[in-house]
Amino acid sequence: MTTTTLKTAAPVVVADERPRARRRGLAPGTRLPAARLTGPLLLLVLWAAASAAGRLDPAAIPAPWTVVETGARLWTDGTLTTDILTSLQRAGSGFVIGLTAGIVLALASGLTRTGEALIDGTVNLNRAIPTLGLIPLFILWLGIGETFKIAIIAIVVYIPIYLNTHAALSGIDHRFVELAEVQGLSKLRFIREIVIPGALPGFFVGLRLGVTGSWLGLVVLEQINATSGLGYMMFQAQNYGQSDVILVGLVVYGIFGLVSDSTVRLIERRVLSWRRTLSN
Amino acid sequence: MAPHTEQLTRPAVQLRGLTRSFDGRTVLDGIDLDIPAGQFVALLGHSGSGKSTLLRAVAGLDHEVTGSGQLTAPERVSVVFQDSRLLPWRRVLANVLLGLDGKEAEQQGREALAEVGLAGRERAWPNELSGGEAQRAALARSLVREPELLLADEPFGALDALTRIRMHALLRELWERHRPSVLLVTHDVDEAIALADRVLVLEHGRIGLDLTVDRDAQARGEYRVRLLAALGVTADGG
Repeated sequence: MTTTTLKTAAPVVVADERPRARRRGLAPGTRLPAARLTGPLLLLVLWAAASAAGRLDPAAIPAPWTVVETGARLWTDGTLTTDILTSLQRAGSGFVIGLTAGIVLALASGLTRTGEALIDGTVNLNRAIPTLGLIPLFILWLGIGETFKIAIIAIVVYIPIYLNTHAALSGIDHRFVELAEVQGLSKLRFIREIVIPGALPGFFVGLRLGVTGSWLGLVVLEQINATSGLGYMMFQAQNYGQSDVILVGLVVYGIFGLVSDSTVRLIERRVLSWRRTLSN
Repeated sequence: MAPHTEQLTRPAVQLRGLTRSFDGRTVLDGIDLDIPAGQFVALLGHSGSGKSTLLRAVAGLDHEVTGSGQLTAPERVSVVFQDSRLLPWRRVLANVLLGLDGKEAEQQGREALAEVGLAGRERAWPNELSGGEAQRAALARSLVREPELLLADEPFGALDALTRIRMHALLRELWERHRPSVLLVTHDVDEAIALADRVLVLEHGRIGLDLTVDRDAQARGEYRVRLLAALGVTADGG
């Protein structure tokens, strides 16, 4: 047999006494806790220092402490809380409606051929039109009240949720479908055990885009067509040259975005704990 | 081990004139085959010889394939695929129990895991398992349903050589304990001889060779030559 001739070479043992230099690691190294706050904190320090040194025009960029004072004043006299509640209600209602619509449509379209024929093309048509461009038409249809604002936010939210969930549903590995058949799963059970968990990663991508979209829609709607809410407060402040009030509004928007995104991430980490990614 | 002759009387799988074709190309050309209950059959063939098509037909997984012929298969059929096909979002025990309910099933699932040497890994995620462990979990998943027929489509094809040897011993041991009929598709002649009591060679959509393997015999080398010849490979070293 030819294979025996290959076994002649004895293993060569090289006695290498020199301390071998460790290879340079290419990974960025251990991450320090809260290290990502360094950049923002540095910016804050620079801002405060420049304000204290009188290098910034207080009418354009007020000092950090002025912003804090204004925020506290607006909070205690109640105007800020009212505005925040109004804005949260708009974004929240629109988001919940958009979320529900996105999930229901994605399931209907991803699980049935009829649903796909009716829904998928329609949603993609809807996606081609920038939603904010629908504002004039919606004002004509629904008036300038809350309904039209909630409707626009719902549309901004449902599209990314639908698209990503639908893509995830139709991308479910065919091998798992085969497995479900072999294991004799019922249709309902197949959906529960395989379809939904398999589509969840895509759904969360859509969810995060939807959350961002709801704030974006809110800001645009409140600054052009509102008589209450945070955006209206900032719009008024612009007319009176109160840059500190504008900054308070921006800080609140920032907190909204940060808190909602962190919440979604937290839920995502819990629900998708089976995924082990490079970051952990 | 002597075959249980009393079990061999009733065929578990019966194929009569089984024909399957894809786009006008005939893959299975009128196959007649009886597999007695409890027999361990290996099915050899080149890639594209139709061995997977045959297995999928018996498994009932060929919905959109044109074909004819008669096929009888038992009620309880389990399939082991080349990949372990564990759901990554379910823990190992939940994967083993996929499609089953109840406390009793859970107990059987734990026992099946213990049987394949995975006791204690019930709550692990599939991506924490090695390739061999994942395939053992897949074996447990197929066993827990107490199949009358176990279909295996190159189940060890993706494993390293050492793991594969261990899996061979495990599969043979499980078969001796549970005695399902087994149809194992493989392209590895040595694997077929090591595991099966009967080796079929599929050639041009027909069974070209039907070889009964006497497990006590010293004639392994002769089996090997005959099977390789049936596959169109001349004696090794050539």
